[in-house]
Amino acid sequence: MWPEAGHLALIMAAWVALLQAVLPLWGSLSPQRAGWQVLARPLAQLQLGLIILSFLALWHAFYVHDFSVKYVAHHSNTLLPTPYRLSAIWAGHEGSLLLWVLMLALWSVAVALFSKRLPQAMVAQVLGVMGAVSVGFLVFILALSNPFARQFPAPAEGRDLTPLLQDPGLVIHPPMLYMGYVGLSVAFAFAMAALLSGRLDAAWARWARPWTVAAWGFLTLGIALGSWWAYYELGWGGWWFWDPVENASLMPWLVATALIHSLMVTDKRGQFKAWTVLLAIGAFSLSLLGTFLVRSGVLTSVHAFATDPGRGLFILLFLVVVVGVSLALFAWRAPQWANASQPVAGSRESFLLLNSVLLVVAMAAVLLGTLYPLIIDALNLGKLSVGPPYFDRVFVPLMVPLLLAMVPGTVVPWHVARWAAVRSVLVPGVLALLLASAWASWGGAPTEQDSTTQVTTFSGWLTVMGGTLGGWIVLSGAWQIVQRLRSPGSPGLAWWGMQLAHLGVAVMVLGITGVKSFEVERDVRLGLGDSVTVAGVRYQLLKVDNHLGPNYLALRAEIRLFEGDRQVGTLKPEKRRYVSSAMPMTEAAIDRNLWRDRYVSLGEPLAGEPPQWSFRVYHKPFVSWIWLGAVFMVLGGGLAAFDRRYRQAQVKPSSSVTSVTVGLQA
Amino acid sequence: MKSRHQRLLGIGLGLLLVCGALFFVLNAFQSNLVFFFTPTQVAAGEAPKDGHFRVGGLVKEGSIQRDGMAVAFVVTDTQREVPVRYVGLLPDLFKEGKGVVAQGRLDAGRLFVASEVLAKHDENYMPPEAQHALDEAAKARVGAAVVR
Repeated sequence: MWPEAGHLALIMAAWVALLQAVLPLWGSLSPQRAGWQVLARPLAQLQLGLIILSFLALWHAFYVHDFSVKYVAHHSNTLLPTPYRLSAIWAGHEGSLLLWVLMLALWSVAVALFSKRLPQAMVAQVLGVMGAVSVGFLVFILALSNPFARQFPAPAEGRDLTPLLQDPGLVIHPPMLYMGYVGLSVAFAFAMAALLSGRLDAAWARWARPWTVAAWGFLTLGIALGSWWAYYELGWGGWWFWDPVENASLMPWLVATALIHSLMVTDKRGQFKAWTVLLAIGAFSLSLLGTFLVRSGVLTSVHAFATDPGRGLFILLFLVVVVGVSLALFAWRAPQWANASQPVAGSRESFLLLNSVLLVVAMAAVLLGTLYPLIIDALNLGKLSVGPPYFDRVFVPLMVPLLLAMVPGTVVPWHVARWAAVRSVLVPGVLALLLASAWASWGGAPTEQDSTTQVTTFSGWLTVMGGTLGGWIVLSGAWQIVQRLRSPGSPGLAWWGMQLAHLGVAVMVLGITGVKSFEVERDVRLGLGDSVTVAGVRYQLLKVDNHLGPNYLALRAEIRLFEGDRQVGTLKPEKRRYVSSAMPMTEAAIDRNLWRDRYVSLGEPLAGEPPQWSFRVYHKPFVSWIWLGAVFMVLGGGLAAFDRRYRQAQVKPSSSVTSVTVGLQA
Repeated sequence: MKSRHQRLLGIGLGLLLVCGALFFVLNAFQSNLVFFFTPTQVAAGEAPKDGHFRVGGLVKEGSIQRDGMAVAFVVTDTQREVPVRYVGLLPDLFKEGKGVVAQGRLDAGRLFVASEVLAKHDENYMPPEAQHALDEAAKARVGAAVVR
């Protein structure tokens, strides 16, 4: 009964979404039907209500173990603990699409609620476009990926949720990531509204900015959670694998990062208009591509196209429609937004332009490496993969100039070249470089390691450069804050958000540099009482015993850590075997602090007398800085999104002049 | 005239930068493509003699031998076999009779020295490349039967 109710609610939601897509848009374009525009808000709210109903129905099916629902039977079983039973809803293709439309409806209602000051026509157009996107997804779910499909006879027991997904990280990672993906649809809808109405001014950019920054923040958080989860759950100690699934989320992030910076130029200077719109379209198209690549099975196996040609085809058509329609509108409107003036080299715009270009090039490089193997395989030209070294080699040289541009880009004034300002920020840079060199010559920087126990991939100069750039950004941020506090007036929340987010970037750069340069990895075999010393710490195997979890059996080792004779910790890595799926799973044990992680994962028992087990032991300095940096970025984005300036009733005509004069004084 | 010259210079510099970046990216791309070969192709000598590639299929039953942290096994596509050697921890789902993909290079004795061994996340899921190897071998077998 419940599943049918959910299905029905979903069908009704699709009709409501269709009305939301058609009526308000029509109303905004035709003066005779202007009254229809007011329908946008109630329709968005009704759609959200229906989708929530549908979501609750599926949750109910998971909760009561209704295995006659095929999707539930595939992703849950009676032994599964309740929290995972409820998060299992987004463990598969159908349910995660449902989560997607739920997020879309949530964002739509958020726009409906917090858009009191926007012109009626723009609200109607933004919500109309979001309704149209929702129609596409709802039709896809109803026609090709129905999560409520039944099977008779119902199996007595469901298959298990993949053990990898039975983890708190996975409970929150997909919703955050989807909030980000789907949030970019708001930026896209704003861009489409600008294309439809032809209105693209500073006020438009000011309305779009907080939404875009909020979506970017969620996307950042989602990606960081995924990376953190992979680090402790996959048991391989890596935090980024350049896996196609990760790349699929990184590409929209790169473009969204360019977008939030480009929007600022459109807001403050009225420039980069066409480029901003193009970035908004690009970011959302890439997030669609990402969703589909990950969830349609195209990536894990290109043959998914063959097994369910309908799904693959629908996906492609939808992408073609979204990209095609938006680019056609763009081609029609963009010529009227030609830049009135060119950015002057050395002005803030010029650094922000550099930021955009570098981020988009980085995205293109990732796109090439991600899609090329798929295309080659689809054309039957052979099978190949693009190794992580490609991404490392391309990414580092692109990120270095980006980081270099970051500091001058925040201090130089708009519109005019102020090389004195650029020079003044270089002083702390030189200071940082001196410090780094001193530290490197003191023996801190590693050189290329030949020993097999070291996995150092950064050689000396990369370490010095990463450390210097990170330190320079931190120091110049601190210097800017001191300068700013001395001058009269208080900077807005957006300014503080920018400082915090940039600090986050620096912290992340330092973390990546630290872990890439100084990590130590050892694969060892240990018997009871044996020990191994890694990075000055002795890891001694005390015992290995069996341990019974709620739905798994585990082999659990107990390892004591000693510095000299002093015990500094205990780690209990596990090797689990899940009962219903018989799937093995490595559960690493990590001793964390701010400066380093000690990470042990248990391999398999090795034959022989006395018994021995294989272990992998890692020493990972600064690894938590990577996620700490991401947290700073997210908090910075949050601060910026709440800046009061974005919620001012009207844009005062004098405001752009004031910002120029303030810029000149800075 | 002066601003036109400036603009030309700007465009020229921009093009130069883009071309440089493109060359750099494509160069890195070219040198990091890792091709996949089935055991049959490796046996026929189609795989690169020096250079990394991937080989995949099933882990042959009874072929796993351990020696300390080193492990030796045989990858088969049911037609031909490739002996593989690897040092380190194996993935959780590495098992005899299951699908596997190894990345590495051939040594002088035609032993495949793996730097990475991949088995996928899901029990029921076969690495697509390993499946491909089996499909190719099956096709070849059918073809051979027809010829006979």
